[in-house]
Amino acid sequence: MSLTKEQIAQRIAKEVKDGYYVNLGIGIPTLVANFVRDDISVEFQSENGVLGMGPFPYEGEEDPDIINAGKQTITTLPGASFFDSAMSFSMIRGQHVHLTILGAMEVAENGDIANWKIPGKMVKGMGGAMDLVASAENIIVAMMHTNKAGDSKLLDRCTLPLTGVGCVKKIVTNLAVLEVSENGFVLKERAPGVSVEEIQDATLGKLIVEGEIPEMIL
Amino acid sequence: MINKKVPSATEALQGVRDGMTLMLGGFGLCGIPENSINRLVELGVKELTCISNNAGVDDFGLGLLLQKRQIKKMISSYVGENDEFERQMLSGELEVDLVPQGSLAERCRAAQAGIPAFFTPAGYGTEVGEGKESRDFNGKMHILEHAFEADFAFVKAWKGDEAGNLVFKGTARNFNPVMCGAAKITVAEVEELVPAGELDPNSIHIPGIFVQRIYQGAAYEKRIEQRTVRKRQ
Repeated sequence: MSLTKEQIAQRIAKEVKDGYYVNLGIGIPTLVANFVRDDISVEFQSENGVLGMGPFPYEGEEDPDIINAGKQTITTLPGASFFDSAMSFSMIRGQHVHLTILGAMEVAENGDIANWKIPGKMVKGMGGAMDLVASAENIIVAMMHTNKAGDSKLLDRCTLPLTGVGCVKKIVTNLAVLEVSENGFVLKERAPGVSVEEIQDATLGKLIVEGEIPEMIL
Repeated sequence: MINKKVPSATEALQGVRDGMTLMLGGFGLCGIPENSINRLVELGVKELTCISNNAGVDDFGLGLLLQKRQIKKMISSYVGENDEFERQMLSGELEVDLVPQGSLAERCRAAQAGIPAFFTPAGYGTEVGEGKESRDFNGKMHILEHAFEADFAFVKAWKGDEAGNLVFKGTARNFNPVMCGAAKITVAEVEELVPAGELDPNSIHIPGIFVQRIYQGAAYEKRIEQRTVRKRQ
């Protein structure tokens, strides 16, 4: 069975370690916060200017002056802070944020990522994604293995305009956990019940399979 | 104390003309200079270049200026959630320059700080880096980005005093502080304008030296773009 979006987030949550400052992108990455173990200390940064982001507010307690980068109303946790946009990107560019989790339209076997533009169709802009991928040391991409048309999103080369070059280290999809190496995508884990062949069929870029590939533990 | 107080948006926006480059604070609809935007609509100034992280929604924020075709060019990092914007952009009526958010903020800050340009890794190897000077620092490639040049900066703060000192609230801070002093004239609108001496100097986020005109906003709608809540247990 391929994973649901919630299960992708659940698997990625295992990569979040004690003491990490983490930036979560919009979409599946936002769900990661729901699955982080509660016995570790983690702070979530949102690039619009908050560190120590908490859950959504209770109904009636929304504050229009307190939102995340997805423009959603949020709350803050004890120890939180607010800051301006330049300082926010000092945290990101200066590599003070330990882990960046974001979505993608395409990832290439060399670690290139595309997620901001479909020429002639969709131009929403890159927001903070280009700054995040250019500077973060640890980037995990959360996405479905194939797009709505069924085409692979793991390619030999990106076809869409790039967000960043050679920056993705790890990818968690509904089918697999993969790492980017000099030689291509290295298959690390399979979704429960998904075969190596199924993953191979859904991967257009070079897939490296070494030894037995274990099933993910969620 | 140098008094920066003006009675209203009318006086605060004196001198804004067609073809000018404006900076506008805010992230989404959070912390946008609502009163200054309304006054820009009233003035009907056209051919504007607007530097703002986002472009509002169809019927609020910068979307109001887009509706009236007052904007010639937008310089932003993210422009989703605005159908009129998309229509004007795809039809070629509106010029759009998309800038990575960190570079957008730093290009404002550089203008504020008198730094003409800086190197950043954001956008290297992408469309954003095309035609820009690039350079290797410590084994990593960077591109040269320039400080913005703008005629007016319109910012919104929570509290301010007659000296132009500003205090922001929550994530409504965002781009507002980095735009102060980044244009020839900075106009701050505040929810609460107090006499000099009432704000604790230790708590000032932006010193009044960066602000030329300050006024109390008439009203704030503070529209929420994505209302997300959880149920009480």
